[in-house]
Amino acid sequence: MGKKVLKLDLKVPNQTRYLELVGRIGEDLARELKKKGEEAETLAQHLNVVLTEAMANAIRHAHEDDPDKTVQISISLSDEELLIRVYDHGPGFDFDAACAQDPEQLEEHGRGIYIIRCLMDTVVYRQTQDYNVLEMWKKLR
Amino acid sequence: MKIEVTAGDGVSILRYKSERLDAHNSEVLKLKIKELFEGGAKNVLVDLAEVRFIDSSGLGALVSGFKNAVAYKGALALSGFQDQVRSMFELTRLNRVFDIYVSEEEALAALTGKK
Repeated sequence: MGKKVLKLDLKVPNQTRYLELVGRIGEDLARELKKKGEEAETLAQHLNVVLTEAMANAIRHAHEDDPDKTVQISISLSDEELLIRVYDHGPGFDFDAACAQDPEQLEEHGRGIYIIRCLMDTVVYRQTQDYNVLEMWKKLR
Repeated sequence: MKIEVTAGDGVSILRYKSERLDAHNSEVLKLKIKELFEGGAKNVLVDLAEVRFIDSSGLGALVSGFKNAVAYKGALALSGFQDQVRSMFELTRLNRVFDIYVSEEEALAALTGKK
């Protein structure tokens, strides 16, 4: 990662009502980065989607909709790239199975990880003893 | 979030009156579409003109609606896509599955055969 410009750490209740708030933070960050123009708007939409999908995934699949849990999100920005980490503290989810879903199958669920992988450059799900983390990188140059 | 439903001329129109269709509110839309088909509607048009943001749950609610349309031998059409909605349909290739119209008027003309 290049020169660090900004780091944001958020702890949000494990409730879907906060998806909009977190998505908007992504939009605002993109506009701050790119200032103006079509490119800024595209990045704003993408970050809103990525944050919404990753957080919804943690709420629904890792934390099983438990409203008392917390989703931790960390956004690190350097002059070269953006790294979003979404932590969960549950049994986690099957990342490989989520990646293997065929988006053309008419399933109601299972497009979230596919969408994140389309919009970001690198996506990794790491499971440790204490937590799981979905790491998503995007190059900014 | 508000959903407006009007029926007439063989088409039930469901207008989703909110800027976001995401995991927080997609279930309501899904159930509303299901209710319309269960109640005997044959043609359902979902107008998304006010939606500026959709996520995979929102797409899932519409896929569920599409499946209900098939199960009840009806049709589900969509209209009024803003940029972000269009790009999410293209990204997931769902634009190949649904009948998508620019406006409610165009969709109604096609669905009622008055083109």
